[in-house]
Amino acid sequence: MNVHEYQAKDLMRQFNIACLKGGVADTPAQAVEVAKKLDGKVWVVKAQIHAGGRGKGGGVKLARTLEEVEKYAKEILGMQLVTHQTGPEGKKVLKVLIEQGCDIDHEYYCGIVLDRAAGKLAFMVSTEGGMDIEKVAHDSPEKIIKAHIDPASGFTPAIGRKLGYALGLKGETLNKANKFFEGLYNLYISKDCSIAEINPLVTTKTGDVLALDGKLNFDDNALFRHPDIEALRDITEESAQELEAGKFGLSYISLDGNIGCLVNGAGLAMGTLDILKLAGGTPANFLDVGGGATKETVQKAFSIILEDKNVKAILVNIFGGIMKCDIIANGVVDAARELGLKIPLVVRLEGTNVALGKKILAESGLKITPAGDLADAAQKAVAAAKGAN
Amino acid sequence: MAILINRNTKLITIGLTGKQGTFHTLQSRDYGTNVVGGVTPGKGGTIHEGIPVFNTTFEAMQETGAKAAMIFVPPAYAADSILECIEAEMPLIICITEGIPVLDMIKVKSALNSSKKSRLIGPNCPGVITPGECKIGIMPGHIHMPGNVGVISRSGTLTYEAVYQLTQREIGQSTCVGIGGDPVNGTSFIDCLELFEKDDDTKAVIMIGEIGGTAETEAARWIKANMTKPVVSFIAGAAAPKGKRMGHAGAIISGADDSADAKFKILQECGVTIARSPAELGQKIAEVLK
Repeated sequence: MNVHEYQAKDLMRQFNIACLKGGVADTPAQAVEVAKKLDGKVWVVKAQIHAGGRGKGGGVKLARTLEEVEKYAKEILGMQLVTHQTGPEGKKVLKVLIEQGCDIDHEYYCGIVLDRAAGKLAFMVSTEGGMDIEKVAHDSPEKIIKAHIDPASGFTPAIGRKLGYALGLKGETLNKANKFFEGLYNLYISKDCSIAEINPLVTTKTGDVLALDGKLNFDDNALFRHPDIEALRDITEESAQELEAGKFGLSYISLDGNIGCLVNGAGLAMGTLDILKLAGGTPANFLDVGGGATKETVQKAFSIILEDKNVKAILVNIFGGIMKCDIIANGVVDAARELGLKIPLVVRLEGTNVALGKKILAESGLKITPAGDLADAAQKAVAAAKGAN
Repeated sequence: MAILINRNTKLITIGLTGKQGTFHTLQSRDYGTNVVGGVTPGKGGTIHEGIPVFNTTFEAMQETGAKAAMIFVPPAYAADSILECIEAEMPLIICITEGIPVLDMIKVKSALNSSKKSRLIGPNCPGVITPGECKIGIMPGHIHMPGNVGVISRSGTLTYEAVYQLTQREIGQSTCVGIGGDPVNGTSFIDCLELFEKDDDTKAVIMIGEIGGTAETEAARWIKANMTKPVVSFIAGAAAPKGKRMGHAGAIISGADDSADAKFKILQECGVTIARSPAELGQKIAEVLK
């Protein structure tokens, strides 16, 4: 789960991570009120959306007067902000964060991620602050300094010194950075983050260490023990279909093709997308109905797939292991009837009770194209989608 | 021979008395697995479906001599059950549970690394089966047949698909191992490849990977340096968009080197026979076995 920058910073302050003073606003008038309460002569107006690269897209502005705060807030609020992470359609900005300005001495990168190969968390810093860190990792990996953290010992001052010295910090600034790193690690562990990234982390002319930006992601599987984090969820940032699917235990991701897919198991669902592409088709979605699907979840899956108006044909690909083919067949038949399915439906069933499942489909009187194996299913679905055009 | 499990493996189920635990334990027992006990705290001393129940894994091992544990405990408590098994020095731990928090698995991984006795398969996996001998997990037993092809996979249903294609061609399997779809897991592709390389009953191996992480890349390099038996591989997710988690927590493209194309490329360079389509796995194995 993702949160906004202002929410991330509120959490960071709870862990003694220094951030600039600021406040959030939904209207230009509110933005001015927030700015008035902050000390200083400059303010930064920042669009709050779940995506990086906001500055380049025009979503971050430096204001030198309160009039400018109002003007920029007016421009940014309601805009459709396009960045390299939003896709071409962009995201609508509903909130802005107004922050104090500061005298930046130097910008750095700092982040914590899971190192899958090591099975440990890795703390990373770089002198290349403010840059796209994936690009730095690719072009000049030597500029990223890593420290693995043993879960038993946790963060130690020596890890902080390794990172701080690698950035060329010294004296009181080094000590402040060490506290900063420790706070970030404590936040990561306490709240089950999956990514914690400060880019840029800055040192100021007065020797302070501050988070200028803050990106936190949380492990969806751990949200059950963090109701405070769950409460930060902004549903306007998430796909309505993906949320609806999640309520029924379905894993759905919208794609840009025209063949709707209903599959059991994440691996087979991915494999089905792959084979459709190899057969010359384009999948409209990834949809894993999971291992415990019932008639109701199959019906729900169909209605979610059909909400996408680009869908010209549907492919059902089920390898019934524990899940029985007759249950799926009944769900498919009922859904097709109740939703008045008009587009071609290709069904491939294999596994437990397959004969019974095929019989239910054949006797339904519905126009269902049965498929033999995986390759056959893909070819028939692609042909059906093309024929419907 | 086969690997990891055989007809002599004594199994206990952790979380035996739950709905899933009961169902799949009975399925495994029907297949021929030697189920000797179960663990559910608070129900120790009772008999469930003819199976003795214990309060702790330690006690269950002492009383039954079990050498393998199958875990069906909800995600919030599953890591605790794995740690309990490690503490009890259970040799083989197979965790089926999906949805364990990553930070819990980091602790488990650390405990596993310092354990000299325990191996973990999974979590978030279908389990392990040695066809005709022993099934520990949720896979449909009837699609398998005994034989000489080893199967290793990060995905459940895709494994069934591959096994089904083999059995249709009357090509049997030595052992099939689901290593799970999570970013932090117990046993890697390389661990399984090493076991299959040493196993006299295995003549070829199918390795089914996914987008995300570097496990397949590391396996490819290991195969080039150490493996004498042919390996056929499919990587799921060539059609997946970047940055989207495709069902499995581990299946997300985060950098250039963990896409399906990048993995296919390195596998091919390392001498692995690649199947671009999951429908070709059976045919490719038939070719390498000729």
